[in-house]
Amino acid sequence: MPAPQPQGLWVIALSFLLALMLSAVPLPDWLQWGWPEWVALCLIYWAIALPHRVGVGVGFLLGLLLDVIEGTLLGQNALALSLLAYLSLNLYQRMRMYPAWQQSLLVFLLVGLHQMVFQWVQSAVGVPASGAWFLLPPLVSAILWPWLFVVLRAVRRRFRVT
Amino acid sequence: MLVCGVLALLLMFADHRYRQMDQVRSGLTLLITPIQWLVDVPTRVWSWADATLSHRDTLLQENKELRAQALILSRRVQKIAALTVENVRLRELLNASEKVDERVLLAELIGVDPDPFTYHVIINRGRQHGVFVGQPVLDATGLMGQVIAVSAYTSRVLLVADASHAIPVEVSRNGVRAVALGTGSVQELRLAHVSDTTDIRVDDLLVTSGLGGRFPPGYPVAVVTEVRHDPGRPFAIVKARPTAQLDRSRNVLLVFYGESARQEAQD
Repeated sequence: MPAPQPQGLWVIALSFLLALMLSAVPLPDWLQWGWPEWVALCLIYWAIALPHRVGVGVGFLLGLLLDVIEGTLLGQNALALSLLAYLSLNLYQRMRMYPAWQQSLLVFLLVGLHQMVFQWVQSAVGVPASGAWFLLPPLVSAILWPWLFVVLRAVRRRFRVT
Repeated sequence: MLVCGVLALLLMFADHRYRQMDQVRSGLTLLITPIQWLVDVPTRVWSWADATLSHRDTLLQENKELRAQALILSRRVQKIAALTVENVRLRELLNASEKVDERVLLAELIGVDPDPFTYHVIINRGRQHGVFVGQPVLDATGLMGQVIAVSAYTSRVLLVADASHAIPVEVSRNGVRAVALGTGSVQELRLAHVSDTTDIRVDDLLVTSGLGGRFPPGYPVAVVTEVRHDPGRPFAIVKARPTAQLDRSRNVLLVFYGESARQEAQD
């Protein structure tokens, strides 16, 4: 079956832009570890929904932009997010079939892996490790996933993004 | 995936080791500058609304208080002007080199790094305004940090509280020199390698010593909060609280000082 005509790609770009903005928002101290990984979540959704449009390259570019926003080493987030995109592309057929809670679990694992790669590079560069705290963002992201999935799916259908 | 992975690793290695990557980072920062501005918009709208919808009485009262404060400060400035002239004359008598007052640039905070382990802030002045890497940044009450990355319209500032920052200071009371390290907490700096017999007490004011050529001498950095002599350790444990409002200031000053500033002035 030939790939459908690209349509509504601006919706994908806009959702990534919003995710980048949300990751740049200054947070109060008590929220810093509890903020979901917006960019990772959006990337997972679009990779699952439109695997022929959003791929590892998109993950790499997003990661590069996120590196510049966060001020981390160039390529740190790029590596983590391209890995995330790659895994999502491998799992998308299964993920689409799963019920919401199982998808959340998989999201927890994926974002957890993303965070782990990020922390590895951080400690290789010399930033002190954060211990088990790095598991909190994946947890919060996994809890948020069902809601985000529904919202982005509604947006995708409404604007007929392919 | 392999291509992207290898590319990412190469980028990380290059960014970690080579200075040239700063150009690339600066170019990319130009791309995301609109995002930084957009994120700052709600705060600006709030401040604008707060100011515009303020009660007239509140504004008049604030105006009066600010005028009184300005008057007190201008008296101090007059005194300082006289002291500066006397200082220049005395230095001439001693054949010491002349001290030049530094040029400053006003800037505003437009973003804060969300990473809980690093203390970076983004300000709205960039290369177009003459900002350079290593430039000292102050706020109204003390030294805040230094610029670590510059793009066309914005720059990134590393605060003194960040764990990777160190600044040469001296005790204003007796001139004892030390290095103040950031600890990752906004309330605490730590002095490195202070021996047990050094004359340093609680409530001493630590000012920049100017050694290292990066920060101009004489600006307040921190106030000593604890001096602990532990007999089991080779050095005393000295903690200090930064005088600058690191987590609160919105308006900052960039000082043109240092080797880069002199080079820029010559160009």
